[in-house]
Amino acid sequence: MGAFLLRRIALLVPVVIGITLAVFFLIRLIPGDPARTLLGIHATPELIAQVRHTLGLDRSVGIQYLIFMKSLVQGDLGHSYFFSSPVSSLVLARLPPTLFLLAYATALTVLIAFPAAILAALRPNSIWDQAVRIASIFGIGLPGYWLGVVLVYAFAIALPILPVAGYGENLGEHFTFLLLPALTIAVSLVPLVLRALRASVMETLRAGYVDTARAKGLAPRLVLRRHVVRNALMPAITVLALNIGYLIGGTVIIENVFAIPGLGSLMIISIGTRDYPTIQAITLVFAVLVVLINLATDLVYAALDPRLRAEIR
Amino acid sequence: MSVTGQQATGGEARTPGATAPGVLSVRDLSVSYRRGGRTLGVVNGVSFEVQPGEIFGLVGESGSGKSTVIRSLIKLLPANAVIEGGDVTFAGRSLLALREREMQAIRGRDIGMVFQDPLNSLNPVMTAGEQIGETLRGADDSGRSRRERILAAMRLVHIPEPDRLYNAYPHELSGGLRQRVAIAIALVASPKLLLADEPTTALDVTIQDQILKLLIELRGRLGTSVILVTHDLGIVAQTCQKVAVLYAGRIVESGPVERIFARPAHPYTAGLLQSIPRGPASEGRLKGIGGTPPSLDSIPAGCPFHPRCRFAIAACRENRPPLVSHEGSHLSACIRHGELTELLRG
Amino acid sequence: MTAAAVPSGKRPRRRFFRRRPPRTLLIGGLMIVFWVVLAIFGPLIWNADPTALHLDASLLPPSLDHPFGTDNLGRDVLLRIIHGAAIDLQIGLFTVLPALTIGSIVGGLAGYYGSLADLAVMRLVDIVVAFPFFVLVIAIIAVLGPGLINMYIAVGLVGWVSYARVVRAEMMVAKQMDYTRAARVLGFSDARILIRHLLPNVIVQALIYSTSDFILGILLGSSLGFLGLGAQPPAPEWGVMIAEGYSFLARAPWISALPGLVIVALAAAFSLFGDGLADYLRPEIDN
Repeated sequence: MGAFLLRRIALLVPVVIGITLAVFFLIRLIPGDPARTLLGIHATPELIAQVRHTLGLDRSVGIQYLIFMKSLVQGDLGHSYFFSSPVSSLVLARLPPTLFLLAYATALTVLIAFPAAILAALRPNSIWDQAVRIASIFGIGLPGYWLGVVLVYAFAIALPILPVAGYGENLGEHFTFLLLPALTIAVSLVPLVLRALRASVMETLRAGYVDTARAKGLAPRLVLRRHVVRNALMPAITVLALNIGYLIGGTVIIENVFAIPGLGSLMIISIGTRDYPTIQAITLVFAVLVVLINLATDLVYAALDPRLRAEIR
Repeated sequence: MSVTGQQATGGEARTPGATAPGVLSVRDLSVSYRRGGRTLGVVNGVSFEVQPGEIFGLVGESGSGKSTVIRSLIKLLPANAVIEGGDVTFAGRSLLALREREMQAIRGRDIGMVFQDPLNSLNPVMTAGEQIGETLRGADDSGRSRRERILAAMRLVHIPEPDRLYNAYPHELSGGLRQRVAIAIALVASPKLLLADEPTTALDVTIQDQILKLLIELRGRLGTSVILVTHDLGIVAQTCQKVAVLYAGRIVESGPVERIFARPAHPYTAGLLQSIPRGPASEGRLKGIGGTPPSLDSIPAGCPFHPRCRFAIAACRENRPPLVSHEGSHLSACIRHGELTELLRG
Repeated sequence: MTAAAVPSGKRPRRRFFRRRPPRTLLIGGLMIVFWVVLAIFGPLIWNADPTALHLDASLLPPSLDHPFGTDNLGRDVLLRIIHGAAIDLQIGLFTVLPALTIGSIVGGLAGYYGSLADLAVMRLVDIVVAFPFFVLVIAIIAVLGPGLINMYIAVGLVGWVSYARVVRAEMMVAKQMDYTRAARVLGFSDARILIRHLLPNVIVQALIYSTSDFILGILLGSSLGFLGLGAQPPAPEWGVMIAEGYSFLARAPWISALPGLVIVALAAAFSLFGDGLADYLRPEIDN
């Protein structure tokens, strides 16, 4: 298991280096002096000179990158002159709501999409199947942020039963405060995964072991639970992992609709205030998050599939 | 006329030696598939009987309906299949009339089934022991005796080191072992009847032989009746006592294996027999049957085999020949069955 | 798939309407025609200024005079939606076209020449896809500054990778086909082989993909408008309109609700069209 993990992590190193390179050069795309860019328009000449020195701007780009990497490894993501605090503490404070929202939205997506896919696959061309087909054709064009606005109207104005802004104070409140945002993200994600999920359940239903299970005299409920669901879950995880970028993008937008104090709303605020160190750091954090989620997916996959488990040992 | 009170079956089939009631009796079974608004008859008026402790061979090319026949017996058919009519009597009960719930009670417990491809027919994420145990499903078993029964079934089918392989996943087993697990799944609840759908087709020749020997041995030890579906008459010769040959969804010949092999009474069976390689000793050339089996939506009028038949005469194109007794329980659906031995010689 | 079924020698040509096209393709196509006609001729016929203020007529609910109501500045919502159609269609077009062009060229060349070029391109692709698409796009917009042109540049810089992957994969298959070998034996130049023989075959998958990408492009563009990073007020871009109406949601829900419904309807046109196109070009899947 340890060796497998190490090998997987080793494979990620080039990608992570590529990510840091991209983020490093992103800020240097801005015409003009990077130090001035990073500090904002109100910086004093002394401060600019100081930052020029710490960034190594008087030296080669290679050295500048190494300095960037060194501070990154030390957990130093730069300083936000707009919030006048280290970016790392800003990002850390904003990370939990975003992670919670991501997990919540993923869970709701699975809860909606998986049963719908199974229903559709069990009875091809039935009303359910048609509904799934129609939902996946028309749902793709549903703007998530607009759906969020509609839900705010429905549950905060027309029928005020749910909070529609913020994150809440405790775990229970997180669940109620983030219900509508998570639901919004899930509903806009479901159409993207539904067809692939239906296809994977169909494939599983045709598998020989489903016939075997029925020939054993198992009740359909058990055939579904023990044989179909368990085997269809693995391709389902792959489908979800493929859409992780889309999920994160949705989170960034929806955080802004529902005023959730997460990384996505911080990113938009920072763009408005030209707070480049923060934008740079959030971009980096999201990319690393994608890498980590993909790694976690591989591990979950391995835990579910004995064929892979054997390889890992 | 019929003293046993059986339904008249259009004179197609007579029960061969209708004295002992079989384990399973199939009368006039017809099954069709609905495809794009059309109805395709896959099985048409098939009747046969399986005696206790007998291995009954069901032979045909792919598309002949042989798999559909045995899958109909436990109603394990695709969603677009419809059992149009007929009667399946198993241990005194009429199976086709059963509801899905009642059918579930019979599957696995009274009738077990083994499928063609052991890799595909086992669940990749469950251990061998778990999968065998699922057939037992009885709440009456305490944990320990349940495990004992599973291990006993594994020993029965000669799985080595059952205690260790109990926790093995299918991918850790060889093809032959996987098929032994599949047979253990079918046998662990001691069914009276075992349905085996081409159980050796996906296996290497040497493994094939072991699995067939296992079936013969199990029939001897347990007295289980077996219906063995295959496309290979060689396997029938090695394993079965009785055989029915299917062509385009109909039985064209049936009866005791030795008799049919010695003197086939249908040109199709004769053709199949001539295409079995018998080693260097046989002087006969290896002859196949020309042409291809008809597709389901264009089954020829008259005898369905006549376009491929060397001995077809005008009458073969006119009427569908009924399945009649050729000699005792040896039945044939060929109007020239009487002269076929002569024809084959000449 | 289709290419693999061709026996040898000849280059497969895709003839249109060899079979009856699926209904979804026709309905989707007609709906697209409707939107294009609306976007071009709507503003010519109803040529009032969609940005002119009428403060005496603000926040009026839908009525005969204003079928979709008016917004907080008294502007007619229907008028703005009609004038916005051209913007949002343009967004779809210009988010897809640069990505399609760059991606097809880069992916096609990488697939055709292979070796080092391919390796370099694929590593670059790996890095770009490691980022969440939306996050990278807004990070680039943050650097370039908000606005439609910068948005197109940002989407082009990130979006080409999907097309590069699709075209590269198709190209690796197509260059092994007999018709390519035959063309090479005949001594045709690389350019001629690439453009005349390979392009028509490798581009089909990319084009199918681009119909669904068109929808995602419009959604992306309008959500950037919503966040203030895309089209800028007072432009009647639909996402911008939804954002403007959000502040008045309790008093005038129609300002946000109706542009959203229009986006759904426009997307449905392309979705149906793309669905039908995929059905039509890949008939083997159904059988």
